[in-house]
Amino acid sequence: MMKKEMYLVDDFELIEKESMRDGFGQGLVEMARRNSQVMVVCADLKESTRVERFAEEFEERFIEVGVAEQNMVGVAAGPALSGKIPFAVSYGVFSPGRSWDQLRVSVCYNNANVKIIGSHAGITVGEDGATHQALEDVAISRVLPNLVVLAPADAEEARKAVGEMISYQGPVYMRLNRNRTGVVTTKLTPFEIGKAQVWREGNDISLFASGAMVVEALKAAREVASEIDVEVVNVATIKPLDKDTLINSASKTGLVITVEEHQIIGGLGSAVAELLTEELPVKLKRLGMKDVFGESGSSDELLYKYGLNYGGIILAIKEFKKNK
Amino acid sequence: MDEANLRERAKRIRKNIVRMLSISGSGHSGGPLGSADFWTALYLGGVINYRVNEPDWENRDRVIVSAGHYAPVVYATLAEAGFFPEEELWTLRRLGSRLQGHPVKGSLPGIETSSGPLGQGVSVAVGMALAARLDKKKWRVICFMGDGEQNEGQVWEAYMLAGKEKLSNLLVVIDRNEIQVDGDTEEVLPLEPLVAKLQAFNLEVVEIDGHNVSKIVEELRRGSYRSEKPTVMILKTVPGKGVSFMEGKFVWHGKVPDAEETKLALAELSK
Repeated sequence: MMKKEMYLVDDFELIEKESMRDGFGQGLVEMARRNSQVMVVCADLKESTRVERFAEEFEERFIEVGVAEQNMVGVAAGPALSGKIPFAVSYGVFSPGRSWDQLRVSVCYNNANVKIIGSHAGITVGEDGATHQALEDVAISRVLPNLVVLAPADAEEARKAVGEMISYQGPVYMRLNRNRTGVVTTKLTPFEIGKAQVWREGNDISLFASGAMVVEALKAAREVASEIDVEVVNVATIKPLDKDTLINSASKTGLVITVEEHQIIGGLGSAVAELLTEELPVKLKRLGMKDVFGESGSSDELLYKYGLNYGGIILAIKEFKKNK
Repeated sequence: MDEANLRERAKRIRKNIVRMLSISGSGHSGGPLGSADFWTALYLGGVINYRVNEPDWENRDRVIVSAGHYAPVVYATLAEAGFFPEEELWTLRRLGSRLQGHPVKGSLPGIETSSGPLGQGVSVAVGMALAARLDKKKWRVICFMGDGEQNEGQVWEAYMLAGKEKLSNLLVVIDRNEIQVDGDTEEVLPLEPLVAKLQAFNLEVVEIDGHNVSKIVEELRRGSYRSEKPTVMILKTVPGKGVSFMEGKFVWHGKVPDAEETKLALAELSK
C-alpha cells in the first residue's frame, strides 16, 4: 500500500510529467527571491540546466564562466568562502566529471558552501550518446568527505531539495534528469536531506531506488502486487545513507533490490551493499548499468535495453523471489 | 618604510624556512627562499589589511596561496607577522600540526583556502573578487602562484574570466623563478612570451625585481588599481635566494637541506 503520510499521487493515470531540471530551476528562483546570498555560476549551459530565469531576474548574481567546468567549481568556492551560497551548474558528465579535483580540494576540503548541480544524469539523456550520459557521477562524488549526494525522484522533489540544500550548511551535489518523468510527489510530500522514505509498504522484497527509477519501481510493485508484496523506498539522499530506514526495511523483507540510473559499481547499489554487508547481510540484487557505457537511442529504448524500465524491474523481482 | 628592517626580517624568514625544512625532513626549498622578499613586503611592508588577533576580520585583504608548496615561506611569514608563535614552525608536517604539508583552511589562522593541486587557487581568487564586487566591499584579493603552475589549463580559464569581468580588485603574483620539478620552465613546457600571453588575456602586467623589497612595497601600495583590468605582477626571482648552493638550481625545488647543508645555509644567511 502507498503510504498515506507521503501524500503521493497514487492514481498512476493522473501522474503528470515534468523534468527534474525544471523543478530545480523553479525552486532556485523561488529561493533566490527570499535569500539574497544565492548565486549561480554557469558553464555555458544556462538554458539546458534551467538557470535562465535566475539569470534574467538576478543578473548581478549570475556568473557566466564559459565552457570551463574546472574554473567554474573553483570560482564558486570563492563566494562560498565569503558567505555566499553559489550553485555551480552543468551536466553531471562535466561536473563533477571534469571538475572532480576542484570539487575535492577547493570545495570539499575547504568545506565551502557550494551546491553542485549535475544535470543530464543517466542513460535517459538518450540520443546524445554515452559521452553525455552521467553514469559514474554518484560513484566519484560519494567518496568525497564533507559532501552530501542527492538524487531526487521527480521534479517536485528537486524543487523542494533546492530549499533544503540552501538551509544545509556545506557542500552538496545533486544529480538531475533531463527528460520529463512522472511526478508522484506533491507539495505536501515531506523532503529532508538524509532521510529515505518508504513510499509503498510491503513484506516480501525491498526495492531501494533513486532518481526517476523510484517511479518505475512503484509501477513494478503495483504490477506484481497480487503475487509479491513489494516495499518501495525512495533513497533521495545517497550520502549520508539513511541507515535506520534501510535496515528496518531489509530486516522485514530479507530481500533487497537496488535500482538506479547509474553504474552498479560505486552508486546506490554499492552504498547499500556496503551498509548491508556490515550491518545486516541479506540477499541483494543491484539493477543499473552493469559496467558498460551507454549509447545513442531514445530514452525508452535504452531503459528497455538495460532493464531499467518497470518491465525490467518486474522481471528482476520475479526471478529474485523465485531463486531466493 | 624602514627598508633595513624589512631586509632583516626577510633574512629571519629565510633562516626559519631552512630550519623548518631541516627539521621536517621534507618540503620545498627553492620557491619559498626565492619569494621570501615578496612575502616580507606583503605582510610586513604595511600594504595589506589584516588583524593577527582577528584573522577572520571581514575587511581583511584576501591572500590566496594558489601554489600550496610555498607553505614554508607562508608559514614563516605569518609567524613573523604574529599570527602564531614562532616555535610552532618546528612542527611543520608533523602529525597533529596546524602546519600541514600544504596549507589548510581552518587549520592555521591566515589561510584563506586549502591548496596543493596547482591552478585551483586562482579560480577561488577570481570568485572572491567577484563576491567582493557584488557586495561593494573594498578588500582586495591577492593570489600567489608559481610559474610552473601556469602549465595548468585551469589557470588560463580563470584568467579569461578575470579579464572579461575586469576584476581590478584582483592582483595575481607569479613567482618567475624559471624552475619547476622536472627542470627549467623553458625546457619542460616553455611559457615565453609570458608577458604577451597575459596581456592577450586582457590582464595588466607588471614585471618587477622580486628581491627589491622597497620596489615590491611601492608596487603593492599602488595596488591593483592601475587600470580597469586585473593586474599580474611577475616577480623575477632566483630560486633558493640567499643560499648560494641552492640558487638557480631546479633540483632544490622539492628538496630539503641535510644537517651539513643546513649549517652552511644558516651561516650564510647570518652574514
